[in-house]
Formats: sequence, structure tokens, C-alpha cells
Amino acid sequence: MRLWELVRFAVGAIIAHPMRSVLTSLGVVIGVAAVVMMTSIGLGASKRVTDTIAGLGSNLIIVSPNFQRGGGFVSGGGGQGLSLRDSDAEAIAKQVEDVVAVAPVVRGQAQLAAEGANWNTRIEGVTPAYLDARDLTLSSGRMFDEREARQGRKVLVVGATVARELWGEVDPLGRRVRVRSVPFEVIGVLASKGQSGFGQDQDDVVLGPIGAVRSRITGRRTRADAVQTIYVKASDADSLDRVQEDVTNLIRDQHRIKAGDDDDFATQNMASILQASQAAIGTFTVLLAAVAGVSLVVGGVGIMNIMLVAVTERTREIGLRMAVGARRADILIQFAVEAVALSLVGGLIGLTIGVLGAIGIAKLGSWPAAVPAWAGPLALGFSMLVGLVFGAYPSWRAARLDPIEALRRE
Amino acid sequence: MIEFEDLRKVYIMGEEEVAALAGVSLRIARGEHVAVIGPSGSGKSSLMNILGGLDRPTGGTYRFDGEDVGHFDDDQLADFRRRRIGFVFQSFQLLPRLTALQNVELPMIYAGVPRPERRDRAAALLERVGLGPRKGHRPTQLSGGQQQRVAIARSLANRPDLLLADEPTGALDTHTGQEVLALFRELNAEGLTLVLVTHDQGVAGQAHRRVSFLDGLIVSDDHGGAAA
Repeated sequence: MRLWELVRFAVGAIIAHPMRSVLTSLGVVIGVAAVVMMTSIGLGASKRVTDTIAGLGSNLIIVSPNFQRGGGFVSGGGGQGLSLRDSDAEAIAKQVEDVVAVAPVVRGQAQLAAEGANWNTRIEGVTPAYLDARDLTLSSGRMFDEREARQGRKVLVVGATVARELWGEVDPLGRRVRVRSVPFEVIGVLASKGQSGFGQDQDDVVLGPIGAVRSRITGRRTRADAVQTIYVKASDADSLDRVQEDVTNLIRDQHRIKAGDDDDFATQNMASILQASQAAIGTFTVLLAAVAGVSLVVGGVGIMNIMLVAVTERTREIGLRMAVGARRADILIQFAVEAVALSLVGGLIGLTIGVLGAIGIAKLGSWPAAVPAWAGPLALGFSMLVGLVFGAYPSWRAARLDPIEALRRE
Repeated sequence: MIEFEDLRKVYIMGEEEVAALAGVSLRIARGEHVAVIGPSGSGKSSLMNILGGLDRPTGGTYRFDGEDVGHFDDDQLADFRRRRIGFVFQSFQLLPRLTALQNVELPMIYAGVPRPERRDRAAALLERVGLGPRKGHRPTQLSGGQQQRVAIARSLANRPDLLLADEPTGALDTHTGQEVLALFRELNAEGLTLVLVTHDQGVAGQAHRRVSFLDGLIVSDDHGGAAA
């Protein structure tokens, strides 16, 4: 008894009731389509976040004040409890090995006014190393140098969005712009980085010398040497963990934190942020797929139901097959194959709908749904499994029939 | 070929035990044409089921060509039915989705006969029972007599040693019934062993030997030859 013959029996039985077969497999269709779409959406999200975090700069360590701990307030002294200092950044640059760039940053929000146009944007007070640390480049003009940064010259490098909003098509180089009524000169334009994965426009920013920004814009309520963030760029990915450790120890020394006391700052490296967010999205995706998978179970119950009906309807057929020499195993396999085939048809239709749906979402919406290569085998494997699991009981019932009773049934 | 020794079949109905066969001893030789007769409840159906390997006796022995069929397990019984027995039922038992040809092929599928050979043999068998032109018809497109001929062709598919017919003319009018019986006589003349269960004396009369049952026992065994 070859399996192929049993497959032919099963296909014949399915084709005999086309409408019923399609309706039966509908649950599996919906389940598989939903699982495929959910995993595609999750994968797209993961890819977007990965791109975004990579876009923040590679091999990067971010040092920030630890607001959750009391230490920041005690030593910060300022209203915002900033614990980091210029001296911390200088120490890192001098003392930690395998560091290619150290960039202290202060941030603020400011209204910009230029020749009648106004624009509210983020302003970041930085040093020239910032470009290196964040993997930024200029599309025109130049970056201010160390001397200008220290002296606090009133010059700005503007993001593409700011340039467009304030000057339109006109070249902004050499133009004057008032930041909170302090005049600055534009000396450079950043190359566009586009939207981040979190929906933030990365070109909606202006960079100024840290000294100037601190004294003119952000520094009014904080200490004169306080910084909000220090970006530390390691020379390569392998040294990232060691650099992070060295930076932590160094700042603890700088801040005279005793052994056993908590840090008054926090360090994060991009690799671990990436891992954490991917893990979060992964969990989320699995959750979505699991919810979608529930409808697969519902579909399986539908198949079990109709297979039980089929066994009842075809009791005489089963009896006759047994009389002409079918073993119980032949009957079992015939009905199991029928259930699997029903489910597989549903799986194929569901896969098609799921893939088309994911492509549709990617095309119409802004969501970068990505259909994984393993979606096909997985969907079909799962639908076969559903058919097998939920076909098992009806098939067993069919195989256990007594041939005499079965033949007598009307 | 067939040996029954003190064969018993007891059903348990609730608290009561009902003996469908109360100790039957019978021998049937190769090439015989036997009619089993008796009123309903006489045990002839139980005998048929055991004879055909659809059921197991609760006591006694059943030997078929020396094999102890009475103690076969389910798979052995299935193999026994497939290789040795051809069934013809009162209600034909054709599968309505399949054509006449496919119905005849069915037992050969379980016997693992390759498809081209299966086709040829099924076609030849339909030819043999006079349904050559109706190979592609489905049971609903055939008359009762034609359906029973398809069922007979199917019963012959795996070249059985024994043909078992349970009221084969019960659902047919007299004329077509006679044609079917004539076909049986031809097959018997070619050497096929035939056991036919009936309560119709006219049908039984055409057999070489008539075994009568009553209350689970053989009450007469008449070797009188074909009585018209």
C-alpha cells in the first residue's frame, strides 16, 4: 500500500465537496495569514530599529548622568543635577586607550530666526569630535575647530531640515541667524540622515560650539562646566566592552566615588542597546504571532469537526475498504492524509494572503514589513502539524470501526 | 479447504449471553457451491462474518487451507480477506464517488498491484461480467443488476479462493436476480468455491449443497445437487 494511493483517495474526497473543503480550511487560512503578517511586521520593526541604532554611530558608548541616583544631585549642584563635567571628557580622552573620539554635549531647545523665517529646533553644544563620534558628515561648509569651540565663537552647523525651513533653496553658508536673539553665523550644513526609526527627524538640529551654547542658551541654570552626555567612540567593536569598563572606572575616580557606592552616571554601549531593543521586539513579535496562532488552533478544531462528520458519513465506505482488505493502519493514514491535505490547502492560501498582506502594508503604510524567508516552510509545516494533530482523533475513530457494524450502517 | 470444528459465537447483550453459533462443525471443499439457508437470527450471518474473516469466533476452530484463521489478529484478518475472500453484498456496497472501473480496482490498490496492471485487470473483469462498455459509469448511472455485476467483478479482483455472497439477489428483481445467479454458476463451473447466504429457497435450490441453520445449529446438510 503506497502512500501516493492514499493521497489520491484524500484528494478525491476533498474535491468531492469543494465548498465544504474551502470553508473547513478557512480557519487555517486566517491563522496562517495572520502569523505570516505578524512575523513580517515584527521583523520589519526589528530591522528599522537596528538601522536607527546603527545610524547613531558605531562602536559608541554613551555616558549620561544618572538621574535615578541621589549622587547626581549632590555633586551636580545645578538645577538639573548634571554630574558630568568637561574634565570627565578630557580625562577619558587622555587616559583611556583605544578611544578615537570623545564628545561632550549640552542640549537645548531654541527658537531660530533668520530673515523673517522662524523655526524651533534642537540645539546641541558640541566639540569637533562630535562628528566623528556620531558618524556625521557635512554636505557643505566646514565644522568649527577646537579653538572656536573652546572660545565659544558664535558659529553654527545646521541640519538639512533647518536649512530648508529657514532659507529654502538659498545657500545658508555665511548667513546670520538669531538664536534666542543672539546672532550666530552659519558655517556648515550637515549631510542628511533622514528619519530615525522612532520617527524623529535627525536633520532637525543645529550644532554650535559647546562654550557658546552653554553660555548663551542652556547654561543659565547649570554649572559652567556641566555636560549632559559624553559620547565615547571606541576604535573597534572588540574593544567596546573594555573601553566601557575603563570609562566607568575613570569617572568613578574623577567623581571620588567610594568602592561599594553607586555610580552617579550611567554608561551604555550601542551594542547592548541594540541587543536589548531587538530582544524586546523579538518578544513582541513572538507574542503577536502566538495570538495569531490561536486562530490556527481554532482552524484545527474546524478540521477535526468536519473530519468527524466525514467519518460518520463514510462509515460504510470504511467498512467496505476493510472488507476488501484494508488494514486499520491504511484507514488511519487515509483519513490523516485527508486532514493534513485540508489543512495544507488552507496553509497555502493563508501563506499567499499573508505575503501579499505584508507587501501591501509595506507599500501603503510607512511600516517596513519584511517577509522572512522561513515564513513559507514554517507556515506549511505548521499547517501540516495542525492537520495531523486535529486529524488524529477522527482518523483513529475511523480505524477503530468494526467492519461488520460499518457495513450495516445506512 | 474450510474446516469448522465446534464453532461458537457468543454475544453479550447486557446481562445475557446470546449464542449466535452454538457449536457448528462443517467442511467445505474446493470448488463447492454451497447455499447457507435459515431464518434471520439463525446464525447464518455470524457464520458468514467468521468465514469471511470479518469476525472472530468465541470458541472452536476455523481452519482455511490449514491456517488457524480463528486466531488471527486484525492485520492478519485484513490480509486474509484481501488475498483469499471475495465479498458480494445484498446492497452492492459500491463507492458512489468512483467509476465502475475504479470500484473494481479498489481491492488491488490495497494489494499493491501496480496501476497499469490494475487497470487492465479491472477492465478485463468488467468485460467478463458483461459491463465492458460501462467502465466509466458511476454506480448511480447503473441499474441494480449492473451494480451487482460491478460488485462481483470487484470481488474477483484479487483472485480469491472463496466467494462469499450475502443475499446477492435480495435487492434485485427476479429476472436480473437469475442473471446474477447464472453468472455465479459460470464462475463456480470455472472452479471458484462459492458460499451463498440466502433465505430464498429458489436461490438456494441452484446450489449443489444446501446447509440449513436454526438457532445457531446446522439442522440439515443436503448434498442433493442442483434441484430446479
